[in-house]
Amino acid sequence: MKALPAYVVLLCLVLMAPIVIVVILAFSGGSYLQFPPRSLSLQWFVRFLGDPQWRASLWVSTIIATVACALATTVGFFAAYAFVRGDFPGKKLMLSALLLPIIVPTVITSIAMYFLSARLGLVGNLVWIGVCHAIIALPVVLLILLSTLHGVDANLERAALSLGASRARMFVKVVVPLAAPGLVSAALFAFLASFDELIISLFLSGVRAQTLPVRIWNSLHLEIEPTIAAVSAFLIGVTAFILLLDAAVRGRRGKGRIQ
Amino acid sequence: MTRPQTTLLLLPALLMLVLVFAAPLGWFFVQTLLRDPDAGPLWPQIVSVVTSRAVLQAIVTTNWISLLVTATVLVLGYPVAYYLANRSGVRFTLVIFCIVVPYFTSIIVRTYSWMVLLGTDGLINDALVWMGIIQTPLKLLYNQFAIVIGMTYVLLPYMVLTLYAAMKSIDTNLLRAARGMGASGPMTFFRIYLPLSLHGVISGALIVFILSIGFFITPALMGGPSDVMIAMLIERSVEITLDWSSAAVMSLLLLAVTLVLYAIYYRLTDIRRLMGA
Amino acid sequence: MTQPPLPTGKGALELQDLVKNYGAEPVVNHVSASIRPGEFFSLLGPSGSGKTTTLMMIAGFVSPDSGAIRMDGADLTRVPAERRGLGMVFQNYAIFPHLNVFENVAFPLRARRVAETEIRARVKDALGLVQLDRYATRYARQLSGGQQQRVAIARAIVYHPPVVLMDEPLGALDKNLRYDMQMELKDIQQRLGMTVVYVTHDQEEAMNLSDRIAIMNHGRIEQAGEPGTIYETPANAFVARFLGEANLIPGTIETTQSDEALLVTPAGLRLRAPTGDARPGQPASLFIRPEKLSLTATTGNVLAGTVRRRSFLGNIIRLSVEVAADTNLTVDLANTGVEPPAPGATTTVAWPVGDGVYLTQ
Repeated sequence: MKALPAYVVLLCLVLMAPIVIVVILAFSGGSYLQFPPRSLSLQWFVRFLGDPQWRASLWVSTIIATVACALATTVGFFAAYAFVRGDFPGKKLMLSALLLPIIVPTVITSIAMYFLSARLGLVGNLVWIGVCHAIIALPVVLLILLSTLHGVDANLERAALSLGASRARMFVKVVVPLAAPGLVSAALFAFLASFDELIISLFLSGVRAQTLPVRIWNSLHLEIEPTIAAVSAFLIGVTAFILLLDAAVRGRRGKGRIQ
Repeated sequence: MTRPQTTLLLLPALLMLVLVFAAPLGWFFVQTLLRDPDAGPLWPQIVSVVTSRAVLQAIVTTNWISLLVTATVLVLGYPVAYYLANRSGVRFTLVIFCIVVPYFTSIIVRTYSWMVLLGTDGLINDALVWMGIIQTPLKLLYNQFAIVIGMTYVLLPYMVLTLYAAMKSIDTNLLRAARGMGASGPMTFFRIYLPLSLHGVISGALIVFILSIGFFITPALMGGPSDVMIAMLIERSVEITLDWSSAAVMSLLLLAVTLVLYAIYYRLTDIRRLMGA
Repeated sequence: MTQPPLPTGKGALELQDLVKNYGAEPVVNHVSASIRPGEFFSLLGPSGSGKTTTLMMIAGFVSPDSGAIRMDGADLTRVPAERRGLGMVFQNYAIFPHLNVFENVAFPLRARRVAETEIRARVKDALGLVQLDRYATRYARQLSGGQQQRVAIARAIVYHPPVVLMDEPLGALDKNLRYDMQMELKDIQQRLGMTVVYVTHDQEEAMNLSDRIAIMNHGRIEQAGEPGTIYETPANAFVARFLGEANLIPGTIETTQSDEALLVTPAGLRLRAPTGDARPGQPASLFIRPEKLSLTATTGNVLAGTVRRRSFLGNIIRLSVEVAADTNLTVDLANTGVEPPAPGATTTVAWPVGDGVYLTQ
């Protein structure tokens, strides 16, 4: 049975190829993108970061993702705790409802959000876009923290209470430290979910708040500028960085267990 | 341990779901379909939108592409999931890395990558011409083929991860028992392994199909003028023709189908497993 | 926020008619007990007997559907766990993995806002008591199971709670270590004079440690009393069997005198035992422990039989002797080096009349 490993290797190459190629393209030296590049340079990155509009988009994306990350992680942490430790009817239904935002086609959600935002004058409002992104990031946060909190022995919480800690103290001194790796993970992926989100941003951005994905979209629709390769490579870099950071956090926790 | 107060911690999330998600949806449908003075009664509106040629065509295209993508993803994903479920160590890490990195990369970036590969002067055509296999570039982009490639690329990780979870829960002793009783490799696979992984197949296919029918970015960028999926039609009604009531009717339809499929998914899948219970 | 109480009481605990249902299933079914200050009190029973739920109600993690819990006269029933001021040791130790040994033991003191210098002194004392002085900066993952157990005990006693609850605290330790820890636990309990409520399913452990044992089954206390008393005079067949190997010979009480009653079995055996609450005409079982039976005695109840099986169990040799159709008696002989009869051999089985007990339930 050598066919299976061969197939898996081939598929992995196909999966990674587009991403790797875009990253290589972004370092092209010539006056247009070419693969394989004849020479390497940082010119497209220089153009990306030198352009005030691209810089503004980077700033907008970062602010929105920070708002979404903070909100989704906090709210999601409380909700995950309620799911894991709470005792109430309809748990499964409630969780399914909270997962709906990633199930319902984002086009529909975005149009509805736009419809309301336009009436309320919130189109282009960075904080509001962050709040809207948070609803998409919330399911991600929930799924990560549900499994994290399930790994926290309920007896540790009981022990803290039996030793006289108040509920709040138990939460801060025991639950939060033990869930810390999961919290970091959840925050990272919530940030990424918002940073990469396109459709909601497309509808809510207006002219003032164009995120990086929105600018890429516009460029792909009108005229493909070579800078897109550099912006894409940058977004891939952010993803890679977040995955590495997450692996490092998990790795540290894993090591702690083995010792 | 459990106290009523613990349940209260759910409130912020529910509040956010209602205010930022449910309320805008509800308000949107009520305003465009019921309150709009020009719109008239609801049922005729729905009938006229659903029976229009463009919408019917989009429904057919959406279903066709979604089925094609679901089947492709399943066929491509099953062997990889099987491989992952039976490996550990470096090989597992490497393969899961190749699945997860695209999974967490922005959809717009992934779509752009395939456009670079499939374009008329894209890498694949360049390579084929250079190797002398073809003389003139093939039209690989802006058609259904490109949409299926792009969507398969985006949705494959969902299928692989769902199947992997299902396969991982199969007790390998059952396979050993079957082999011990004299079953051949293929018999063990078809009589034991496949049936036991079937709920993963169904869950994975459902989730991929649900996500497919609402797809927007990839078909909008990689499809041709005639390859219009329903989500694109909704977006165009709002952005180009400013026909809010058509957009609302199509959204309602798509939402209803999505929710029905999600309800089936909900019945078939033990969502509590997500909680690790 | 007010702080949890520092200990003042003596540790008398009163469980009054506690009931807990999960759905329609009664998990704890009218449990009452009076636990005296300084007493080592065990809840012993098979899994699912309601012993852990009872302990969790005392701790405040499960609220009873009805009934009351009082400590030194004060009603604790509706007091939240963190304000009951009890100590608790958990089954898997529940050592906080992100805190070192010192901080684990200091945790209850910090919750009570005890001054730093006093914390240091008290933690040192507590760690000394469990012989862990040199491990203060270690983390749980760097300790053996036995050491983690000591940390859990130190943490539960450092603020001198009048009552300490223990949920199978030695269950995860291997057999030899478990016996040593039992001795140590008993020693600490007696030195500090604290009340301990101890949950276990291991009858030897319960008998070794306890002043009194409550045997639980199906959510009820079947019998409570000193280990020797319930071992020798169980109230019913469940208690008799749960505490060790038991012979139960069913029959009907034929006659009673002031101190002795006569039992006749279906196979026609006529046996005598102290009357107890047996009444003539009543169905009853005669209970006798295997180690009370003798193959050499000739007084009391004497039966002829055939050895059917012989098992070597180390310190004892266990025989199964058929004394009538369908009636086999288990006989435990001390392993004194004398060769016991082999299967097939005929023998007599005898025991003093006073050692039997009639179970009429």
